[in-house]
Amino acid sequence: MQFYVQQALNALQVGSVYALIALGYTMVYGILTMINFAHGDIFMVSTYFAFFFSTALLATAEGLHPVIVFVATLLTAMLGTALLAVVIERLAYKPLRNAPRISAVITALGVGLFLENFMVAFKPVGPAPRFLPALIPAVNFNVAGVFVSTIQIVIIVVSALVMVLLDAIVRRTMVGMAMRAISWDKFTVPLMGVPVDRIISATFALGASIAAVGGTLYGMAYTIDPYMGIRIGWWAFISAVVGGIGNIRGAMLGGFILGFVEIFTPVFLPSTYRDFVAFSLLLVLLIFRPTGILGRPAAQKA
Amino acid sequence: MRTSFWRRWRLPLLLLGAFPLTVLLPRMGVINPYIDLVLKYVGINIILTISLNLVNGYMGEFSVGHAGFMAIGAYVASLLTVWVIPNAAGAWLFPVSLLAGGAVAGVAGLGIAFPSFRTRGDYLAIVTLAFNMIIKSVLENLDVIGGPRGFMGMDKLTTLWWVYVWVIIAVFLARNYVFSAFGRGVLSIREDETASGLVGVNTRQVKVMTFVFSAFLAGIAGGLFAHELQFINPRSFTILKSTDMLVMVYLGGIGSLGGSILGATVFTVVLEGLRTVLQGLGISQEWRLVVAPLLLILLMIYRPQGIMGLREFRFLTPRREPGESPGTRDLSRPGEVGP
Amino acid sequence: MHHPRFLPLLSVLALGSVVLGACGTSAPSTIRIGLNVELTGGIPVVGESSRNAAELAVKEVNDAGGLEVGGQTYMLELVVEDDEDKAESAAAAAQKLATAGVVAMIGPNASRNAIPAAEVAESAGMPMISPWSTNPKTTVDAQTGEPKKYVFRAAFIDDFQGVVAAKFAMDELHTQAPAVLYDVASEYNKGIAEVYRRTLEENGVTVVAFETYTTGDKDFTAQLTKIIAAGADSLFLPNYYSEVPLQVQQAHRLGFTGAVMGSDSWGNLELISLCGADCEGLYFTTHYAADIATPKAQAFIQAYQAAYGKVPDDVAALTYDSFGMLLQAIQAAGSLDREAIREALASITAYEGVTGTMEFRGTGDPIKSAVIIQIREGAFHYFATANP
Repeated sequence: MQFYVQQALNALQVGSVYALIALGYTMVYGILTMINFAHGDIFMVSTYFAFFFSTALLATAEGLHPVIVFVATLLTAMLGTALLAVVIERLAYKPLRNAPRISAVITALGVGLFLENFMVAFKPVGPAPRFLPALIPAVNFNVAGVFVSTIQIVIIVVSALVMVLLDAIVRRTMVGMAMRAISWDKFTVPLMGVPVDRIISATFALGASIAAVGGTLYGMAYTIDPYMGIRIGWWAFISAVVGGIGNIRGAMLGGFILGFVEIFTPVFLPSTYRDFVAFSLLLVLLIFRPTGILGRPAAQKA
Repeated sequence: MRTSFWRRWRLPLLLLGAFPLTVLLPRMGVINPYIDLVLKYVGINIILTISLNLVNGYMGEFSVGHAGFMAIGAYVASLLTVWVIPNAAGAWLFPVSLLAGGAVAGVAGLGIAFPSFRTRGDYLAIVTLAFNMIIKSVLENLDVIGGPRGFMGMDKLTTLWWVYVWVIIAVFLARNYVFSAFGRGVLSIREDETASGLVGVNTRQVKVMTFVFSAFLAGIAGGLFAHELQFINPRSFTILKSTDMLVMVYLGGIGSLGGSILGATVFTVVLEGLRTVLQGLGISQEWRLVVAPLLLILLMIYRPQGIMGLREFRFLTPRREPGESPGTRDLSRPGEVGP
Repeated sequence: MHHPRFLPLLSVLALGSVVLGACGTSAPSTIRIGLNVELTGGIPVVGESSRNAAELAVKEVNDAGGLEVGGQTYMLELVVEDDEDKAESAAAAAQKLATAGVVAMIGPNASRNAIPAAEVAESAGMPMISPWSTNPKTTVDAQTGEPKKYVFRAAFIDDFQGVVAAKFAMDELHTQAPAVLYDVASEYNKGIAEVYRRTLEENGVTVVAFETYTTGDKDFTAQLTKIIAAGADSLFLPNYYSEVPLQVQQAHRLGFTGAVMGSDSWGNLELISLCGADCEGLYFTTHYAADIATPKAQAFIQAYQAAYGKVPDDVAALTYDSFGMLLQAIQAAGSLDREAIREALASITAYEGVTGTMEFRGTGDPIKSAVIIQIREGAFHYFATANP
């Protein structure tokens, strides 16, 4: 029993990060019907923002309370990544808004590759994996035979909070309403006086800053390297599709489903089957229910 | 009016004449082994680009996972030469291995053809990507062929002249396919699938044929690749490889075989040339891999139709009446295609 | 619409520049030696150490006036290729070096890269010495099972190292319920994990958990939870320095209190800086220990430290020894012909290097002693020797 609870906790930790990144995919798809394949690499860059800032902060100001260090790093990573996403959107995606879809997809792939290889070539970063400095002390608790660490708790709790916050933003603010409106009907909405370009940029920024939350949390538990965005990006993408691309709650659900796939596959099968299970799940869903679990079954355009 | 003998046979004779060069030049050391290697890669990439162009360019579908077919071709051909065919016969039976690889890859092409009946656009892209990853994953889980650690033991059977021969075959087959009456159906699907179905094009049949043919070519290229590198592992055939293929197709120009040849050549040569250029400038080699995606992005924004656009070299299109102006033809203009 | 004629011209020019660039083959007064190592990818410190040692070896010879071969003196030139820690890139880099006319190739280090590169070297008739690869397959022909003719190494093989690790686990750590977590996508890890298990089971100790992961994975909690649930009292992690810290950390966080040990892939100081306190007190088997160095080794360590500011790790020491062997062979051959150099290498029966005495008995695999190192107070400390 303990075994399954422990594994479930592991799955929650991993799934939270996938959910956060999946949100970025889903929001951009909802508003532009474009799959931003560079999103996984934007997540990767966010981890480096967190790395450089926290290293600098801890080097210059000793003895700061961990919560302050954590929150400061988080906010800086969010800000930096949001800016990066907006720059990418303006430079690479905006010119292609009216181009055929494949151009946008390929450009997104290109942006992702560019980010990866740039980080490898850029000297202060480089290809070697790195640990973030400890933002909060890692303390382990033994709760009835199940081991929980403070880092695990922080990841799960902060992710949940961010998701609730995002849900609130999307449902209750004007910006959120505009985002939802644009995803319903791209053509009429500008006629209503909604500044479409700005909302689109805001969507990218929001999706990216949430990915940055995922990045900071991820960095606290694992090592970071320039190529990590490939695999994580793909798994988060699958999460978004499984949950229902374009649907925010779907992205969250999908993230946790993939988290369970990641953790429970090695329990029953050799660990090399993970990718196979995840991608087969994607394929099956695409063939039988392309709009995902929570997506609205939409008519296929010819 | 009869065309002169030379006009008609000019190109085939030229190609035939170049053949002995491809055998002798490397052997005599006139082309140093490094150039030989680069030329072989150019050839393999040309075949790959043509294969992808058939689906993405001519048919207007959205396959971004073609590396999966390449993987199948590579593995099947390699397994044959290492496990089945005795060593001495390896070089003679090389085309058999390649064809077998291509055939199995072609059958796998059915795997994408069927979903393409129902899905298009982004969704098909994701399906093809998932397919690519699943093939890679299956190969990783088959320990008997080495799993994630890869498979090796192939002799270096890929010579420059073999690559030359296969490139010519690929271009010839593709060109005939595209300019046939059947191939016209391919173009019509790109332009408007519903309309073409209404005028009597059997869209399902066309899709199946095109996907299978395209996968077959990718499989051949995979087999050639495997017998050049003498080692293959699933990691060579991920989305990164598929993305390379996409770059070459869009660089050269969709819907143009000449574009595919150009795109593949320019891409391969420039990437190799950059090694030397960067070394000369004292910049570290990692920046080489930054240039390619950057070029891709700029390409998609500023010249999405690629080098050739939708144009085709005259020598690749079917014969027209004598007296026509030389140069390229714009296939996007109505009435330009075919006799 | 303009004719795209300039683009074909451009590609011809590009091709031309490549030709010219590649035509820069060696001036007859230098000996070109290829170095195929992991400069980028998952284990860049390994490649960096190797390159540092290679450059040091070359510099020492060149500063002394060059290498005298068959009556003529040559300067050494290093041709460096990055295998990106990817098997297919290692094979491609080996192809490149083979066609670039180097007399021999040193590297790759990681077995997953060395094995495919060795295939290429063997096929191209290019002598190759892998400094660090310990998996037996590197020097064995994949098709025939016979030893390769052109491939040699400076390190012992895992058939020996796996046994050393298993014996240590039984005799020193007194393990009754050993567990292993290894990378199934990498030849080295899988190979030595299997030797370890086989040795233990031959001695009546059952391995309770034999879990796998794939290179690049960062979360091992699923496998570690299984290992702990199986009641393991020791954990063998024959994995590379960039992954071990995560594995140890996660194991501790999940409440694992048993002994943890590793193999020579741990041998980089980078491991300690990444792992921190979690790795305190852990053991691993490896090739050499800096604190019991012979005078020859001392000289090397000092020279390396002077040049690079840090103590050389085992990769560096083994690379230095590889160069030593190669240069000795080139001189013995008296020519720069690859065949002759291969003959000379194959004729070496014993070589006294920085990493100890290497005895060759007809194959490219040396018989050497191993050492066990313990991590204490943030540094590597010699613990014991294991003789073959």
